[in-house]
Amino acid sequence: MLALQILVDGFAISALYGLGAVGFTLMFGVCGVLNLAHGGIMVIAALVGWWVAADYGAGPYGGAAAGVLAGMAGSFVTYYAVIRPIQRSRAIPKVEEEIFILTGTLLWGIMLQVGLNYLFTNNPVSMQPLLPGVLTFAGVRIPWNEVLIAVLCWGVIGLLSLLVNRTRIGKQILAASINPRALTLLGFELGRVYLIVWTIYGVLAGLAGVLLASFLGASADNAGALTASAFTIVILGGLGSVPGSLIAAYIVGYAETITAYLIAPTLRPIPALVILMIVIYLRPQGLLGRR
Amino acid sequence: MKFWQTRCAGILGMAVPLALATITAAVAADQPPIKIAVIAEESAILGKSITDGARLAVTDINAKGGVNGRMLELVTYDDHSSAADAVRAFQRAVQQDHVSAVVSTFISEVYLALEPWSARLHMPMITAAAASNLITKQVHDDYDKYKYVFEGWLPSPVIAQAVCDSSHDLFVGMLHMKTAAIVSEDADWTTPLDATQAECLPKAGLQVVDHVRFNPDTTDFTPIFNKVEANHPDVLITGMAHVGVQPTVQWHDQHVPMPMGGNSGQATNPTFWKTTNGAADGVITQTGTVPGVALTPRTIPVAEEFIKDSGKFPAFTGFTAYDGVRAFAEAMQRAGSTDPDKVVAEMEKTDMVGTLGQLAFYGRDDTYTHAMRYGPKYVTGVFLQWQDGKQVCVWPRDKCPNPLKFPSFIKLPEQASAK
Repeated sequence: MLALQILVDGFAISALYGLGAVGFTLMFGVCGVLNLAHGGIMVIAALVGWWVAADYGAGPYGGAAAGVLAGMAGSFVTYYAVIRPIQRSRAIPKVEEEIFILTGTLLWGIMLQVGLNYLFTNNPVSMQPLLPGVLTFAGVRIPWNEVLIAVLCWGVIGLLSLLVNRTRIGKQILAASINPRALTLLGFELGRVYLIVWTIYGVLAGLAGVLLASFLGASADNAGALTASAFTIVILGGLGSVPGSLIAAYIVGYAETITAYLIAPTLRPIPALVILMIVIYLRPQGLLGRR
Repeated sequence: MKFWQTRCAGILGMAVPLALATITAAVAADQPPIKIAVIAEESAILGKSITDGARLAVTDINAKGGVNGRMLELVTYDDHSSAADAVRAFQRAVQQDHVSAVVSTFISEVYLALEPWSARLHMPMITAAAASNLITKQVHDDYDKYKYVFEGWLPSPVIAQAVCDSSHDLFVGMLHMKTAAIVSEDADWTTPLDATQAECLPKAGLQVVDHVRFNPDTTDFTPIFNKVEANHPDVLITGMAHVGVQPTVQWHDQHVPMPMGGNSGQATNPTFWKTTNGAADGVITQTGTVPGVALTPRTIPVAEEFIKDSGKFPAFTGFTAYDGVRAFAEAMQRAGSTDPDKVVAEMEKTDMVGTLGQLAFYGRDDTYTHAMRYGPKYVTGVFLQWQDGKQVCVWPRDKCPNPLKFPSFIKLPEQASAK
């Protein structure tokens, strides 16, 4: 019974970790941007979703839709207000652009956190489950919402895979991640590809934020931890590798769940850090990293 | 003639108080205000209520002429619940802004960081909710040094006693429960809370079958609930303040079949129902008071002022901060001075009708020196239960005879044994 409980809980939490990290790694893989405001954007989606559902009676699905839109809006603001000015600045040498983007998104993340604290207080909020009720299977109670979250996460990741591998725009995204210069020389507008990636990223981060709020709850104070969690998974999986991030999400999710159940809930964050240290020591590019 | 005598007496009767009031106001305007500092986290509901409560008390005191003819002025600092920020704010309040007293944080770890500074700078200070027994232990063990420190809420072991007293009446007496599990966040205030509960719950009729302490950063409580449930307790006695929404929502969504009682600081917030989307239904927690309960003649009028002022019923720290400022003001009035030693001496004599009960502090020789006195004659706090979106007072039973209600997934002992 305990093994089944670990299997189910680990699967749901890992799927959510995966969804949160996929957008983050896609962004780095294609645009070369390590967005340290990632947790802030997830929290915007969570808080706006909760606010619209609770204050405007929009229900869980209306709130979730509003949250995803807020995540997209957060993503666009990050791109237009923080990233593009740095990329277009003539005062910033190209070799220093990455460090400026890192610093810029870090500061932007802090601003988002403080602003959200001011508007919503730092008390966590929780969205209504998208699917209420509990499924009892072999003596294990599984909230239907947890099942739905796992299904949704994998559904969205599957759609993303279809988009990247089977569509014209997906192939452009793939090409931009491999050789952006060649793509430009072939007449494609790189700016348009980047904008599509930021849109996809906004949807993924927004959906992850909304699902997080309905599963575990969220507050602006979680923003830093959410960025750190995505960062750990992406480094472990290999920067820019979507399959690597998914494998890493499951390694981290199950390592945490097993520790929480079999050793102590207090030690839950430890194994991910130990695994990360070992992987960085033995394979600095991560599990499936290519640069 | 009699007509003129009556008229003159009437005019004098109106003119003299008016003139005195004008003179008092003029004198008050001439004298510098007495500054009171508030150091709390503005983005936390418990912290915001501290500032709101202190502000309301200052307004009320100033409306009645201030203290010794001087107006009170509030100086607020946001400590972001960080000990370092709080210490910096405290130093600035004393050395730069020249405040005469400090009302401070609800977090024990932060208040403990301020305690040496209060002692070093001889600055009277009261907390609105920090409950660690180390706070008063230091005052008790080294009185001359730490005598400036007061605790405006009950210390943890006393809170634990209130939990045991209420558990005896509610869980054992009314619901015939026999076992409990203690589930607490790992924080300074819960160490003595858990130790006392482990001793007093069996005496109250509840055998403790499990004891879990979890990291306050925990977000997934599923393993904790699973571990506890395996030992089949009838009730979960919680000790939470840093967390609250997440365990409550997960308890509800996962249909954990035992009721939650004890202490859940965030559940004392009137907004808790909304932040948990109603998952709070059935949760029981200790608090200062709830809407509609008149613990003293002051409770409801002050609550109404709060609602008029900020649009909502405050968290219990609003009441404790209000009483803390009033206690300081009355001590300064009696002392005829803001001299710290004289104010402390008068604070120790405090015996006033507060918003949550008769407010007095334990003395130098008591175990919890300078903490708020506990008992039916003083302050006991109340236990509320969230029922259909409302905070309903359920203990002490003489003041709150309301029935208990639980959501359908809760299995009470009779139901469990019938299965």
